[in-house]
Amino acid sequence: MHAVVDRAQLSPNVTRLVIEAPRIAEIRQPGQFVIVHRAPGAERIPLTIADADPQRGTITLVIQAVGKSTEDLVALQVGDAIADVAGPLGRATELLDHGRAVCVGGGVGTAVVHPIALGLAARGVEVISVIGGRSKEWVIFEDELRRAGEVITCTDDGSYGRHGFVTDALRDVIEARGVDAVYAVGPVPMMRAVAELTRPYGVPTFASLNAIMLDGTGMCGGCRVAVGGKTVYACVDGPEFDAHQVDFRELADRLGTYRDFEARALEIAHRRDAAAEAGATQAAGGRCLIPGLASTAEAQEAVEAAGKRA
Amino acid sequence: MTDQPIPDSPSEESGASQGDPAFTPAFDHPLLPKERMTIDRTHMPEQDALLRAANFREVNLGYSQQLAMLEAERCLQCRNPVCIEGCPVRVNIPLFIERLRVGDMDGAAASLLDDNALPCVTGRVCPQEIQCEGRCVRAKKGASVAIGSLERFVADWAMAHPDRSKPDAPATSGRSVAIVGSGPAGLTAAGELVKQGHDVTVFEAFHAAGGVLIYGIPEFRLPKDIVQQEVDRLVASGVKIETNAIIGRTYTLRELRDRFDAVFLAVGAGLPVFMNVPGENLKGVYSANEYLTRVNLMGAWNPESDTPVLRGHRVVVVGGGNVAMDSVRTAKRLGADEAIIVYRRGMAELPARVEEVHHAEQEGIRFELLVAPLEVLGDENRWVTGIRCIRMELGEPDASGRRRPTPIAGSEFVIDCEMVVVAIGTRSNPLLTASEPDLALNKEGYIVTDEHGMSSLPGVFAGGDIVRGAATVILAMGDGKRAAAAVDAWLRGEYPPRVEAEPAAPSPMPAARAAAH
Ligand SMILES: Cc1cc2nc3c(=O)[nH]c(=O)nc-3n(C[C@H](O)[C@H](O)[C@H](O)COP(=O)(O)OP(=O)(O)OC[C@H]3O[C@@H](n4cnc5c(N)ncnc54)[C@H](O)[C@@H]3O)c2cc1C
Ligand SMILES: Cc1cc2nc3c(=O)[nH]c(=O)nc-3n(C[C@H](O)[C@H](O)[C@H](O)COP(=O)(O)OP(=O)(O)OC[C@H]3O[C@@H](n4cnc5c(N)ncnc54)[C@H](O)[C@@H]3O)c2cc1C
Ligand code: SF4
Ligand code: FES
Repeated sequence: MHAVVDRAQLSPNVTRLVIEAPRIAEIRQPGQFVIVHRAPGAERIPLTIADADPQRGTITLVIQAVGKSTEDLVALQVGDAIADVAGPLGRATELLDHGRAVCVGGGVGTAVVHPIALGLAARGVEVISVIGGRSKEWVIFEDELRRAGEVITCTDDGSYGRHGFVTDALRDVIEARGVDAVYAVGPVPMMRAVAELTRPYGVPTFASLNAIMLDGTGMCGGCRVAVGGKTVYACVDGPEFDAHQVDFRELADRLGTYRDFEARALEIAHRRDAAAEAGATQAAGGRCLIPGLASTAEAQEAVEAAGKRA
Repeated sequence: MTDQPIPDSPSEESGASQGDPAFTPAFDHPLLPKERMTIDRTHMPEQDALLRAANFREVNLGYSQQLAMLEAERCLQCRNPVCIEGCPVRVNIPLFIERLRVGDMDGAAASLLDDNALPCVTGRVCPQEIQCEGRCVRAKKGASVAIGSLERFVADWAMAHPDRSKPDAPATSGRSVAIVGSGPAGLTAAGELVKQGHDVTVFEAFHAAGGVLIYGIPEFRLPKDIVQQEVDRLVASGVKIETNAIIGRTYTLRELRDRFDAVFLAVGAGLPVFMNVPGENLKGVYSANEYLTRVNLMGAWNPESDTPVLRGHRVVVVGGGNVAMDSVRTAKRLGADEAIIVYRRGMAELPARVEEVHHAEQEGIRFELLVAPLEVLGDENRWVTGIRCIRMELGEPDASGRRRPTPIAGSEFVIDCEMVVVAIGTRSNPLLTASEPDLALNKEGYIVTDEHGMSSLPGVFAGGDIVRGAATVILAMGDGKRAAAAVDAWLRGEYPPRVEAEPAAPSPMPAARAAAH
């Protein structure tokens, strides 16, 4: 069991949990994640290790409530416990060791990019973090990222920092100062827009892919994504990949597996008995799969908007 | 004696669920071999095919005491029991059957458990028809003794009477062993080593122990509470199990070698193999590993579970082994109107257990044999809509002696479906093996060992699917047992172990038998 030792609400739907996991705290590296199984009967879900304190034996998880499993997790209070935490999983980020890097974070991705920013800074790389949210209250981890270097904050509605998308700020940095690498973590449309933006500049760009996972060890193949025309497993080959090679359309599409299932299940439902129908409907959930965005329509808009700007 | 009446509710009458009824032989006088030969094989009672295709309860209901005692009479107690030669762990089959026959359940259970650490499991999943039962002399004239069903009966009885078959706690040796993987190979080795007084810790990547027994083989074939009870029995005997520990990530093999006096690697062959055809990343395509893990380990068969699984009205499963049969029968139980096996060879070549194929047919599974998939088809939203296939014919035998299937030109056709489950095999997972450059692997990535099970790293042993490639439960258990003996020798500084002569098939002279006469 892994006790929750600290808890804070960071934005309307993002919560930080600090949990006991001494072994993972001791050895984890930037870019790695854990698979969390809250209790018997719960789902196994992947969450990035946003921070770790080896002395206290704790790791920090920053969780955006998008569905049943994440909602159940953020409902935990100090003193509650999580049954299973497996990790650290995935490859550590390939960190640059000199020059200038931009870390782009959107929504909960801001927390995910945080250990990468700190890792880069520790190696003497100049780090500029470009982070965004819908409005002021959705911006998270700004202070934490300042420990790594300069932070440029953007909001879609202009209520805080720069008015506009992170891609606008990123373009300005690339054009004005030159950049050696970009690390992007956030909603799929954001990562895709970043990749399209940096491609013509030839700036090496890495995206952390949030594929649907089950085991996190390569045994199910559920997290497969196409990178450079080859099928790879996000859990063991990633989660970070060369963003210029990633098939983001397929990723976004596969993330919709269980969302669209609700509609499909209804369509098929009349052929099945009531019990089975109940299972399928519950399984679907019907939420937007993309962290940081509340609905599919919003995701679609973001893609189009980002596309127009890029 | 042809039509033995089958009790109405055999499950309630089975030995395992009863208190402790007097086990009396089926006949009040010893039969002559000639008389034994006249008894026909008893049938394993099973759930009705129509009913069971809509639930996840176990298909086979188990013998009643009456059926078991009668079946036990069929064994001829051969002087040269060839059945034992067919058993990879050399269970003394006539001995436990004879003890059962005379009603000595403690004796039967003790001898069975002595030879086989997980008899509740093997009695249900071993391919008996090509092992013990395939060799049984009675198969030459009629049907073999139902050894698997008898094993299951005795094992379930022992499980229901744990206090009656508990071994004494051994003296501690002061040596420690790490076992990686909690499938049949790891669990068997753990049981053997703890019996020798060693301090045993099993590391398991998943949150639950049991390996394929818990995440792969479905409830309707191997109830999970049986596996759990086997695991509990090991824990009660002193085995420590650390779940959520992925070796190669949470700990390195090097760390285990530093912390423990010996290591046994039993990580299975867990990597799914895909078909490598277009459309395989469409929504609605699963590896059998993912499909079965969602349904079994994560409990997605139960609508109350948080883990979702897709349900299709028509589901195609590609493959012909046990994994394919389990997947297709699972799809049926999850409500598919049509669940279809697509296999590139014929019925005779299906590698699955005969009983599973038979059960699948009864449950209305459709078999598209001599058919190979070419492409998974999808709609504009990238959902599976069908699978394009080609018909095959069997040509000349290849190097392995199996007739090679070759495509028939122009025979392409489409099977409409909403889901495709790929069950064409698994490979070794490099997560652990690739983390240690000095660990010798063969060209397929499986661990190379000496004849006692030691890898190229001193003190590191390996067995089960990670050495053999995907094989069977009983072979994995055999490896676990052999490796445990080698580990024990290693810990005592007596490695390599004196090569044990192939355990001579012991002649059945049970004390119980003498007593009965
Ligand atoms: C390597 C990795 C690291 C991650 N790190 C974080 C993190 O630090 N913080 C965080 O909040 N989230 C993170 N995620 C995403 C997180 O795992 C999902 O949001 C979560 O699994 C959704 O579960 P749920 O039950 O709450 O929602 P569900 O009800 O399961 O899902 C709601 C909808 O989201 C879909 N979904 C399932 N899995 C994912 C997924 N991986 N990403 C997006 N949608 C999904 C579901 O199919 C469903 O339709 C990470 C994902 C990966 C792969
Ligand atoms: C669906 C299905 C049905 C089958 N049906 C039958 C049948 O009817 N009869 C039969 O005889 N055989 C059957 N088999 C085959 C049989 O189950 C396997 O041959 C057997 O389980 C192999 O045992 P093992 O101990 O080598 O490995 P496994 O049972 O695969 O166990 C390996 C364990 O190691 C864990 N692990 C892997 N990597 C790591 C790591 N790095 N760190 C920690 N832990 C790790 C895994 O999570 C797993 O729990 C079936 C297999 C499947 C998949
Ligand atoms: S081969 Fe074995 S099971 Fe068959 S009759 Fe002989 S002793 Fe009995
Ligand atoms: S999560 Fe199962 S293979 Fe990646």
